[in-house]
Amino acid sequence: MKAPLSWIKEYVSLPTELGVEEITDRLTALGLKLEAIETSGAGIEGPLVVGQVLTADAEPQKNGKTINWCSVDVGDANGTGEPQGIVCGAHNFVPGDKVVVILPGGVLPGNFQISARKTYGHLSAGMICSARELGLGEEADGIIVLPADAPAPGTDARGVLGLGEEIIEFEINPDRAYALSMRGIARDAALGFDVPFHDPAQIDFPVADGSGYPVRLEDEGCDYFVTRVITGFDPAAPTPEFIKKRLEATGVRSISLAVDVSNYVMMELGQPTHCYDRAKLTGDIVVRRASEGEKITTLDDVVRVLSEEDLLITDDSGPIGIAGVMGGASTEISETTTEIVVEAAHFDPTTVFRSQKRHKLPSEASKRFERGVDPLLPPAAAERVVELLVEHGGGQAVGVSEVGSMASPATRAPLKTITIPVDLPARIIGLDIDEATVVKSLELIGAGVTVSGDSLTATVPTYRVDLTDPYDLVEEVARIVGYDQVPSVLPRRATGGGLTRAQQLRRRIGRALAGAGLVEVVDFPFVGEADFDRLGLPADDVLRHTVKLANPLSSEEPGYTTTLLPGLLKVAARNVSRGQDGVSLFETATVAFPVDQAAPIYGVDRRPTDEELEKLLAAIPRQPLHLGVVLAGERTRGGWWGAAETASWADAIDVVRRLGSELGVAVEVASASRAPWHPGRCAVVSIDGVEFGHAGELHPNVCKAFGLPARSAAVEIDLDFLISKVPATAAGPVFSTMPIAKEDVALTVPVEVTVAAVEAALREGAGELLETVRLFDVYEGDQVGEGKKSLAFALRFRAPDRTLKAEETAAARDAAVARAAELTGAVQR
Amino acid sequence: MSGPNTDYDPVEVTPLKAEEVEAAREAALVAIDAASSLEELKQTRLDHAGDRSPLALANREIGALPPAARKDAGQRVGKARGAVNQALAARQKVLEAEHEARMLVEETVDVTLPTDRFPAGGRHPLTTGAEYIADIFVAMGWEVAEGPLIEAEWLNFDALNLGPDHPARTMQDTFWTEPAENHVVLRTHTSPVQARTMLTREAPIYVVCPGRVFRTDEYDATHSPMFHQVEGLAIDEGISMANLKGTLDHFATQMFGEGIVTRFRPSYFPFTEPSAEVDLTCFVCRGAQVIDGVTCRTCKGEGWIEWGGCGIVNPRVLVACGVDPEKYSGFAFGMGIDRTLMFRTGLSDLRTLFEGDVRLTTAFGSEL
Ligand SMILES: [Zn+2]
Repeated sequence: MKAPLSWIKEYVSLPTELGVEEITDRLTALGLKLEAIETSGAGIEGPLVVGQVLTADAEPQKNGKTINWCSVDVGDANGTGEPQGIVCGAHNFVPGDKVVVILPGGVLPGNFQISARKTYGHLSAGMICSARELGLGEEADGIIVLPADAPAPGTDARGVLGLGEEIIEFEINPDRAYALSMRGIARDAALGFDVPFHDPAQIDFPVADGSGYPVRLEDEGCDYFVTRVITGFDPAAPTPEFIKKRLEATGVRSISLAVDVSNYVMMELGQPTHCYDRAKLTGDIVVRRASEGEKITTLDDVVRVLSEEDLLITDDSGPIGIAGVMGGASTEISETTTEIVVEAAHFDPTTVFRSQKRHKLPSEASKRFERGVDPLLPPAAAERVVELLVEHGGGQAVGVSEVGSMASPATRAPLKTITIPVDLPARIIGLDIDEATVVKSLELIGAGVTVSGDSLTATVPTYRVDLTDPYDLVEEVARIVGYDQVPSVLPRRATGGGLTRAQQLRRRIGRALAGAGLVEVVDFPFVGEADFDRLGLPADDVLRHTVKLANPLSSEEPGYTTTLLPGLLKVAARNVSRGQDGVSLFETATVAFPVDQAAPIYGVDRRPTDEELEKLLAAIPRQPLHLGVVLAGERTRGGWWGAAETASWADAIDVVRRLGSELGVAVEVASASRAPWHPGRCAVVSIDGVEFGHAGELHPNVCKAFGLPARSAAVEIDLDFLISKVPATAAGPVFSTMPIAKEDVALTVPVEVTVAAVEAALREGAGELLETVRLFDVYEGDQVGEGKKSLAFALRFRAPDRTLKAEETAAARDAAVARAAELTGAVQR
Repeated sequence: MSGPNTDYDPVEVTPLKAEEVEAAREAALVAIDAASSLEELKQTRLDHAGDRSPLALANREIGALPPAARKDAGQRVGKARGAVNQALAARQKVLEAEHEARMLVEETVDVTLPTDRFPAGGRHPLTTGAEYIADIFVAMGWEVAEGPLIEAEWLNFDALNLGPDHPARTMQDTFWTEPAENHVVLRTHTSPVQARTMLTREAPIYVVCPGRVFRTDEYDATHSPMFHQVEGLAIDEGISMANLKGTLDHFATQMFGEGIVTRFRPSYFPFTEPSAEVDLTCFVCRGAQVIDGVTCRTCKGEGWIEWGGCGIVNPRVLVACGVDPEKYSGFAFGMGIDRTLMFRTGLSDLRTLFEGDVRLTTAFGSEL
């Protein structure tokens, strides 16, 4: 909301010594936040004067243009009193016109320095200015031609142009609808400085007698509709300069007198109004809802198909306006309009809001109606419109009608009252505020206040539609007393139990991964079919079934991801393309799986029951926390110590194993086949037999599709599940300090036998004396024969209570080998 | 071995002559002194103290002497052997020390060689930043509450006094999921976590909710469709704006250092009433507005930086979430973690946080 300071000051007696910044500081403290202060004509320096064109000789040029070689009387402003020779490219003036001249030595906005210069064969000493060159508007159809009664040549033109006007731009919060008008801003300025306010809506208006245009209200969406009629209006009458300038300052384009006046009154009072060409109206105006499929051509010449929820202004011809949003083209004021019907009405905010959203027609009018306009404003606003139109467009006001429940005190809803404990503001603000201060604060906003014992009743003025609840009054008191008065007091000490176990474990997991050399990244969760294709997921893969967004950022990525890998692989490729020889990344984030249930919308006047809440929560997509890891290229660096090691399937699986040991969970690893992994190098990981993710080398096609180094590896696991499996307490280990006995065995097995199977058999056969078993070598080749491999295990034995004898150890070793032979066909070498 | 030798006349045994013993001792001492390495000394030991050395041989002859002569000869040889062994031990020590010193010199390496065989990992500054913030509140006895990113519309809006036609809903451009009739959205703020907390816990409640949120913003240097917020909620008897101010001042000081406090300005949020914008003392100029005579660029000379929003929880929200507004009041606040992090670290482009370049994370190590 932009407001020229001089306009605000018309309605509030601000001390003259107050600067604009003091005023905006105070208003910001009251909740009307300063966005910017502009000064019109900022950037203009030096002699800017009124000039009178004496002669203008049109001279065609070789380039096809015609320039005017002018002599311009600038009085004594040029120091000589002689006419100034100036070349001008515009043609919208004639000798005798008063214009705006900037003389050599002056500067125009954009640091455009003016000097006498040779152009088109003349020495042009200065420039005749257009509004655009002065930074006063976008239109540059020609230079500014001042009215004939403008001051004499040589007079400083700044005053004539109204330059130096301070325009304040406020950021108005949605609850402060009243501040979308000079009236509202001035009212807050008045209470802010405790000075008198002159309400521009406090004007006399004629009593409605049915002489205006007839109106019928057929819907409760309109509770007040005033019509005024003007006859003998001069459609050619121009908009007076002060209205043009003020509208321009508020960011509204000047169109015609009738439209400009309507907008001017909206800015002044906050009440949107509309003018119809009476000659184009047929029959009574009727306010009703649209029928489905009904159409209207709005003022912007767009045909709009209406919904049954749209509230319409209609006449016998059909819709002539969408209430509070935009008028229709068929009854628009034109250059032949001599009889005008002025509408000032009050519409239901929600209706206007929905129509505006439905038709994507946010306007200055709808902005005000949807936030709430003072419901008693229509007659005063209509009067202001009529007054200005008659004053500047001639004619006479001939009729007044009004209808609606708000039109008569008898049918009008009583003023709203809010009752609060007198000490509520003090308690909620946390500041000693006495009763007198509370009462005065509320009276300052225009409320009627009565106190009875410990309770206070405020009668809310009609222009404060935002005030409905007790705490609304607390905020009013707070802002008037001043938010800067709120003391800083810590609440009593809370007695929370610290981080939950899961929260602690998540931190620990992150630290463990970082400690293992993995770098955490944060990525967007949006995903598309192309990502799944690149992962090589089958068409019916469950991961392709995503939660779909109705309004995705990109139509290529309409889903909320089910897997962290597409994002991670892209990030890894980005790092590689930026020159990293190796990338080890991890991400922890939730993914989503649709549940395809509707979440209910409950009322808000009570807590939903536990059952209702359960139903609501059940409709929310399942969102487990996942860990994704990608290892691409070098896992360790090369250097004087030796060559770099490339990440492999084993590193990926080790990430999961390490997490398992970090958290005290036994992770089982088994071979699996799952896209996007290499079918022969993919492990499924599980705990207590429940699978919770995969790890291994990526499929070569996936590496290619994402532009990753060959043999890149990846992991994706369900972290929520892993965390749920972490024991609450770890049992302390019991270990023997007796001497250890070492036995190594080499076993030949068929290649398809897994190490895990052999190891398990060895453990089982070795019995309780076995402390650890560890594979230390794998060999395949001529010496073991086709289809076989040799596995070398180090077995370590220890007894809890004694030094083992050689025969005991050997017996345990033989038993281990025998069991491995039995279960896996192992043969000792 | 040491039986009496009967082959020759004991009195005439040459090795036992005093001058012979003395000569053997002298020769040994000279040789020991001359040994320049542990290897030479080893040979010297064999030559002069070994089984076949002159003094060892002499010692062997002693038994063959007549008893009267034994004592004298024994003493002479014993003394000489003692002197030689002592000299050997001393020389051994010296040579060992020399050897050790030489070894250490020879083993000297260039310690400036690179050692980064295992590349360092790191946690994302948004993670550690959120933990840093959470810990400030945990230290005050608050708890950390969490909720899903895809959320019921009712919890994201209605329960927070943002009804279907509330103008404020247009202020938050929401990602809706399909079909719209399911009323499920990507949460636009972490406030539904507050609603969930009130719905499922008994007052008093002191929780902080850091988390990821979504809005349909274009992606540029200062906007992102995904960003992070931290919200706080306190519900207790007698909670006031003063408590809110006290809490945020404490938060600001813990986060940005002594002297950094907050300022309130009236504002509007549907879930709070009264509502305030929170400004933070500019932590660059520390509120001085100028640095070395130049207007502070961070706060543009204001001395304050916009930090977030806050207010007293609207009693309508308490009612919808099952908290008795007659008994309890509460405050809530929220600010952007990404923004706070950018303040703290001087990052200028928000996108740096989300594009996954490892150079961002590794620059912060594992903690903020
Ligand atoms: Zn600063």
